[in-house]
Amino acid sequence: MINGISINYYLMLSTVLFIIGAVGVMARRNTIILFMCIELMLNAVNLLLVAFSVLHNDASGQVFVFFIMAVAAAEVAVGLAILSMIYRNIKSIDTDLLGNLKN
Amino acid sequence: MKGLLIISALGIIAMLAEIFKFKKMLLWIVLIGIIGAYAATLMEWQTGMSISYFKDMIAFDKPAIAFSGIILATAFFWFILANDYFEEDTNVTDHFALVLFAIVGALMLTSFKNMTTLFLGIEIMSIPLYVLAASKKGDIKSNEAGFKYLIMGSFASAFLLFGIALIYGASGSFDIMEIRSYISTQGGNLPLFFNVGVVFMLVAMCFKVSAAPFHFWAPDVYEGSPTLITALMSTIVKTAAFAAILRLFMVAFGNVSVTWTAVLAGVIALSLVIANFTAAVQSSVKRMLAYSSISHAAFMLMVILANQRSNISVDAIIYYSLAYSIGSITAFGVLYNVTRNGNENFEAFNGLAKRSPMLALCMTIAMLSLAGIPITAGFFAKYFVFTTMIGTPYKWLLILAVLTSAVGAYYYLKVVIAMYFKQGHHNETLPVETSNKIVIAVTAVITVLLGLAPAFISELFKF
Repeated sequence: MINGISINYYLMLSTVLFIIGAVGVMARRNTIILFMCIELMLNAVNLLLVAFSVLHNDASGQVFVFFIMAVAAAEVAVGLAILSMIYRNIKSIDTDLLGNLKN
Repeated sequence: MKGLLIISALGIIAMLAEIFKFKKMLLWIVLIGIIGAYAATLMEWQTGMSISYFKDMIAFDKPAIAFSGIILATAFFWFILANDYFEEDTNVTDHFALVLFAIVGALMLTSFKNMTTLFLGIEIMSIPLYVLAASKKGDIKSNEAGFKYLIMGSFASAFLLFGIALIYGASGSFDIMEIRSYISTQGGNLPLFFNVGVVFMLVAMCFKVSAAPFHFWAPDVYEGSPTLITALMSTIVKTAAFAAILRLFMVAFGNVSVTWTAVLAGVIALSLVIANFTAAVQSSVKRMLAYSSISHAAFMLMVILANQRSNISVDAIIYYSLAYSIGSITAFGVLYNVTRNGNENFEAFNGLAKRSPMLALCMTIAMLSLAGIPITAGFFAKYFVFTTMIGTPYKWLLILAVLTSAVGAYYYLKVVIAMYFKQGHHNETLPVETSNKIVIAVTAVITVLLGLAPAFISELFKF
């Protein structure tokens, strides 16, 4: 129980957010939205970690969240750099136009 | 631990080389640094104790040191092989720094003791590799490989994190020893979401080692990336990921094997079948090697599946990583030199025996080793894996592995046949740099030596 709300609700909310993100990564074609979906998955994890951290009365879960935020920022920085490189080459960032590596 | 620090320092030195203008010497500095790191790692082996650092975040025990040794040795050969790759490019120092930081991540993965270091190790290893995969700026294939690797890598990381969060929720700790003791105190009454978390982590790690059905990104990424970066991915990254899986599933989750063995058995069976049959119909050698790396991943996962907490498993996986890394360095070294003109198909190898007999011989040794044919390291690697499987209920997997290995022999030998029995378009000798020749020859000799004296290595790794 955290402030009168059972931990199961936190678990369900973050699972739903995580699934929305995962489905988005698989279904969407716009690469910027792909990045947003991955962020959504990571933030679902952050929410879960913070909830458990309060539940266990243990700060390490919250510290872990900082690591995730830092790494997510690094990942997006690299991702956007690669995207801008792709845009320079084919003048588009739609994943449908990226099919050069199929047999 | 000292090895980890030395490599980190080398990465920073590599970044400074651009400012202080010692670019020309950088390769030598890096090679000497890697030898230094190797020596420091071996010294820790001598003391023979598991020492933990940073409040139990990292611990260098004997398996960790052995895996670090394999990674550093592979890195040493890789840097020599890559010396002219670095010269061709304008941003030499950045490439050096990225590769070195990826190695730092790999070393962290061999020695993590806490979920935090596991996650950070994976990310420190992966993020530089996303950049390196996309490092041919003008080539859309390379860009696409980098992008695909990034999306799939972050997707897998998200699964890993969700698994970590669920396990933290149940056990209240990120420390793998505490998770282990939590499992044994709970007995059979683990909450459902703990088991879900273990399966999520397994799925994420299967993504990272590209085992089927989570392998679909690997052939594309391997094909699109520059050949030498592919070599890095299929040697150092694989070894590190397996060191991590070994620790995670044997130490942390060893006692809840019921929840993950069924999934893992399915993953292995699928990987063996899909990888070997798809590899047999590939026309590009690089893609063939990508599928072959999936089937090797399946073999190494079999050791985890056997889940015998004994030296045999650790020995088997260390020997397999060593044999596979060394064999791959030879294979990718030859591939890099043969495919410089851009043609990566089997035809590029036609008549190589006449153009460069030495390269053809070394490639043959590498292919025999990857196929697992006696007197090469690959044979004993597979043999040791099979011995760990004896006594487990997964005998059907053993039979499947042997059968699919036979298919494997077909596509490896296709390269050998192309080299020796087919007429090529070119007849002039292939220009190969001396340093490349030395690396290829030395790794081929090591492959044969490992195959002739396998007991030597397993004696060395007695724990």
